[in-house]
Amino acid sequence: MSVTVKLPVQLRASAGGASEASVEGTTVGEALASLFESHPELRERISDQQGSLRRFVNVYVSGEDIRFLEGVDTPVTDGAELTILPAVAGG
Amino acid sequence: MAVSNLKCRECDATYPLEARYACEHCFGPLEVVYDHSHLAGGDVGELRRRIQAGPQNIWRYADFLPLVDGAPGPSGRLASRVGLPAGCTPLIRADRLAQRLGLREVWVKNDAANPTHSFKDRVVSVAASRARELGFHTIACASTGNLAGSVAAYGAAMGLQSYVFIPADLEEQKILSAGVYGTNLVAVKGTYDDVNRLCTELSAERDWAFVNVNLRPYYAEGSKTLAFEIAEQLGFELPDRCVVPVASGSLFTKLAKGFGEWQDLGLIEGSLPTMTGAQADGCSPVAQAFAGGQDFCVPVKPDTIAKSLAIGNPADGPYALDVARRSGGSVESVSDEEIVDGIALLAQTTGVFTETAGGVTTATLVKLAESGQIDPDERVVLVITGDGLTLEAARGTFATHEIEPTVESFEALGARNAAEAWAR
Repeated sequence: MSVTVKLPVQLRASAGGASEASVEGTTVGEALASLFESHPELRERISDQQGSLRRFVNVYVSGEDIRFLEGVDTPVTDGAELTILPAVAGG
Repeated sequence: MAVSNLKCRECDATYPLEARYACEHCFGPLEVVYDHSHLAGGDVGELRRRIQAGPQNIWRYADFLPLVDGAPGPSGRLASRVGLPAGCTPLIRADRLAQRLGLREVWVKNDAANPTHSFKDRVVSVAASRARELGFHTIACASTGNLAGSVAAYGAAMGLQSYVFIPADLEEQKILSAGVYGTNLVAVKGTYDDVNRLCTELSAERDWAFVNVNLRPYYAEGSKTLAFEIAEQLGFELPDRCVVPVASGSLFTKLAKGFGEWQDLGLIEGSLPTMTGAQADGCSPVAQAFAGGQDFCVPVKPDTIAKSLAIGNPADGPYALDVARRSGGSVESVSDEEIVDGIALLAQTTGVFTETAGGVTTATLVKLAESGQIDPDERVVLVITGDGLTLEAARGTFATHEIEPTVESFEALGARNAAEAWAR
């Protein structure tokens, strides 16, 4: 499954300036693993030492927060859009 | 200049004073760091007089606000002639409310008395002034309602373009009170959290100052002025407890920061007031995390009449939980019915007509008093953040009596209602 990951401005320097990346995977977790393979420096930015998403990172599949879905086990279909954003906005 | 740099609350990485809000290393929130060494160690009385000699608005606290060039305007003393001055709202002694609840000393900090009727004018004052310093021509925001009106008004007053993004199902009164200022009003089909996500994405694509996204570190500092005013209006003393509405948790957290900064300088003595956070049952991620003993919030889909507090994914949730716990307070939640009763109780005992958020705050104080979680001798400050513009929520809290235009008709009514009215 080919998935587009939209990168927040805070991560773009670590991805060669790109605002999005094309990755493979059938779940959010697989898509992120694929992203880390092509851009290793993104791993520690998004994940903590246990491999979980950092608490100030939000991930959305087609606009829905994955915490309302199945977290990193949320399935993604071909052509899906995964968005990574800082959680500290608003209010 | 008292402000030195931005710093990540999580990993301490530092950044220059730019339009940025999240740490590039760990995504933690960035906060403004000050150097108050020029104020420390001196004569506290002198420092108090310096504050008291300032303008009658938030810029009297310019030493504690993140503008590089100091208070806006030709001079500090003339700052009230610039833009739309916010702050210096009344702190009202609410003896009738206290009596009703069996408490000794209750104060209402009526922040509905700001230019656009909510505390948001404090944060927008700071963010819009910082936006101008940074050279932006457009200010923008994601809003649950009150912020929209404030950003639109400050855009108008300061000659900045503005874009305000709101959930499409917002109360009509809130939409009208933003649109009138000639802003670009964008109604998004979704919840506030959807609006917030959209604005976070847009902030990377537009050269705009989103006050609560890329300017959030500066914006949030404006909330400290509420703490400074409470302390100053109590004669440079701290209350025992503050009851504060919680949406993103930013106001709640910054009140504690404001008290702390003044304690550090010796401007006020004593320990941090007990901080009680107030949420609606239909959107209570912080109250749920508090009750569950967690240090993070699980996001929720809001379903409450308290739309100005309807943030299901609170950015400062973890820090609000920390403030509640280390101050010996808590984060409570109340039902929509209790919120309406709270609006009516505040209006009928103090003369202050608040919106649903103030109903949440008042109902939370009622809950504390009724359950005995509060010492009757405490000095309590109820933070009322917005005006009763959401008239719909007040429906059913009173009756209108229709009469013929004759004295007899009125007297017949009065005889029946006098006892009721005086009993309140």
